[in-house]
Amino acid sequence: MSQRLLITKTPKCYVGGAFIRSESGRVAELHDASGAFFANIAQCTRKDLRNAVEAAAKAGPGWAKRTAFNRGQILYRMAEMIEARSLELAEAIMLGGGSKAEAAREVAASIERIVHYAGWTDKYEQILGSVNPVASPHFNFTVTEPMGIIGIIAPDDSPLLALISLILPAITSGNCVVALASQTQPYPSILLGEMLATSDLPGGVVNLLTGQRSDLIHTFATHEHLRGISGVVNASDRKQLKLGAAESVKRVRLQKSEEAIDWFADSAQGLYDIREWIEFKTTWHPIGA
Amino acid sequence: MAKKITKPTPELVFGDLWEFDPAPETADPKLKKRYDLFINGSFVPPRSGKYFPTINPANETMIADIAQADAADVDVACKAAQKAFTSVWGKMPGKERGKYLYRIARLLQDHAREFAIAETLDGGKPIKESRDFDIPMAAAHFFYHAGWADKLEYLAPGRQLAPHGVVGQVIPWNFPLLMLAWKIAPALAAGNCVVLKPAETTSITALKFGEICQEAGLPNGVVNIVSGAGETGAAVINHPLTTKVAFTGSTEVGKIIMRSLAGTEKKMTMELGGKAANIVFDDAPLDQAVEAIVNGIFFNQGHVCCAGSRLLVQESVAEQVLAKLKRRIAVLRVGDPMDKNTDHGAINSREQLAKITELVKSGVAEGAEMHQSACRLPTKGFFFKPTLFSGVSMSHRIAREEIFGPVLSILTFRTLEEAVEKANNTAFGLSAGVWTDKGSRILKMSTLLKAGVVWANTYNKFDPTSPFGGYKESGFGREGGKQGLLDYLKQP
Repeated sequence: MSQRLLITKTPKCYVGGAFIRSESGRVAELHDASGAFFANIAQCTRKDLRNAVEAAAKAGPGWAKRTAFNRGQILYRMAEMIEARSLELAEAIMLGGGSKAEAAREVAASIERIVHYAGWTDKYEQILGSVNPVASPHFNFTVTEPMGIIGIIAPDDSPLLALISLILPAITSGNCVVALASQTQPYPSILLGEMLATSDLPGGVVNLLTGQRSDLIHTFATHEHLRGISGVVNASDRKQLKLGAAESVKRVRLQKSEEAIDWFADSAQGLYDIREWIEFKTTWHPIGA
Repeated sequence: MAKKITKPTPELVFGDLWEFDPAPETADPKLKKRYDLFINGSFVPPRSGKYFPTINPANETMIADIAQADAADVDVACKAAQKAFTSVWGKMPGKERGKYLYRIARLLQDHAREFAIAETLDGGKPIKESRDFDIPMAAAHFFYHAGWADKLEYLAPGRQLAPHGVVGQVIPWNFPLLMLAWKIAPALAAGNCVVLKPAETTSITALKFGEICQEAGLPNGVVNIVSGAGETGAAVINHPLTTKVAFTGSTEVGKIIMRSLAGTEKKMTMELGGKAANIVFDDAPLDQAVEAIVNGIFFNQGHVCCAGSRLLVQESVAEQVLAKLKRRIAVLRVGDPMDKNTDHGAINSREQLAKITELVKSGVAEGAEMHQSACRLPTKGFFFKPTLFSGVSMSHRIAREEIFGPVLSILTFRTLEEAVEKANNTAFGLSAGVWTDKGSRILKMSTLLKAGVVWANTYNKFDPTSPFGGYKESGFGREGGKQGLLDYLKQP
């Protein structure tokens, strides 16, 4: 029996619901744990990042307008789509050299995390918002709103779980995200994009880029349409991101890449991560005839 | 809706038939000739020995000398705060902390009249505002937060909370004591100690607040007040012990602070500038709207970050609203802030007056039509006539820049979508107003407006229970309510 020539795959980034290669045409070789060539990974540029922000801006109003119930349904559907392809995802994680058990654990935790946030969509408002007993004849209430587009910079390790743990709290409340995947282990983000494309999540809500952090940090920092930055980065990147954030009073929440983060812990998820990416709006109206 | 045809109401014009007798507030504000820094429970002279004068903007006479804190003084204050935090305040049960806050609230009420007069003398706002709004609201903030001190576990379900330690706070000159209360009350309720810098032109009530802390028996070092200019503020914000920084002021300075803290892990809340749209639909109760538009822009001479400085009127009623506004500002009493009948006091400083004058000139130069009250201004002091601009377009500077003065820019719109587009077309997002009789439209507008506070059929209302703060370049974090208090706590 003659050996069939395998079809190799060109990994593509997931932007605006479509699969793109970088406008730069640049790629970097990705090798598996044994050092063998695995695939060419697109090296996204600031132009790609700006295009992704544009895609997110198009998707934003529609996503924010979905009912809380509907967003919950869509997130749960995401979990369903990933569960069905968990073996494939685990193999992608194993490219980084971990054991099969470790990879399977990371996939399982990622799915659990999606389900966790799927349940939050129609509850966080009831806990974070309020009706305020003002001392004048007014009805006064505080509701939450998404901020807009959030930039996400994933750490190298836990390439699926960390990425998804940063994305979920932002999109749960109706934000859109532009995320840069793990620089050293980008392949799980490629598969995640493929799975999101077959979920019910509208295109453009989650945009996933691959490439070098150093190429993109400056644009993440200064792009005025990114209203927040969530990431795990080193001290010099933190400073650069915060300096850029000052120019348009951007919200930042940066975790330190030099410190170990337990992405599996319950503390890596929850209501107060959602709270980072919302605005509070308080409305007053007179009570009277 | 059928267009109502109404005859114009005959105007009652009394001319100079009657003059109001002056009705000056005369109680004693109990001021000192010289104010030292309030550090570690005592008033201490600045190490440099430097003082700067503070003047009454209504007549340019000197009120007192104010100590100028430098980095060394700030260092002493921060260390005192840190010591108070680790040795007393941070360990004290919330129930006890709360009682101190209740005491402070009560003492502010006891001394309300003297604080009101001091505030008006130093800042230029009408006595009726400092007496009826600033001081009672400051006391209310302490009352509200006093009750939180022993209930913090109910604030954020599922989250462990701890105070930050020492909080550095820098406040503006428009509501000196009230901004101090907005900052200090939640910080203390949460278990933090504070180093606060009041604005250079309005330090007196902050330093008088030091006397209240003494009278309340507040442990030494829990509250420290360091007066001075921008450099003093920078020293507070950049001090390594202030792990949390809260700032209220201009967007420009807010950005400078964000840049200066970029290399640190400090937590921040920023309450910055605004350029609020006050939107009037044709079905609005116009007389009520006009009253609130006037209050929205001329309250505190327009020195309000959430001032309704852009009036968006639906085209069909624009002429009518402008006529009513012109009539209304003609009877605003502008003058001596200490007079109980004064509606509109003095501009806070010569610099601010120059800034307002410059922007108003740009409005005229860019082609908007100016309408000013014909009132007579006092010959001394910093005053500016209540000013309206009609025919303003979105590209005019007076429609884009924060004037922070008694200047209203009037624009028109035809559809709801156009109103929203114009209202949101700004880098700011602090507040907005909506006037309409239709409930569903109010809720739609409230949803579409990108602003942290939306006043519907009302304007410029504040309450300790109601979170305040902006979207976009108007800042982040909230002040007031449970949302504001949580910003003064961290996960342990």
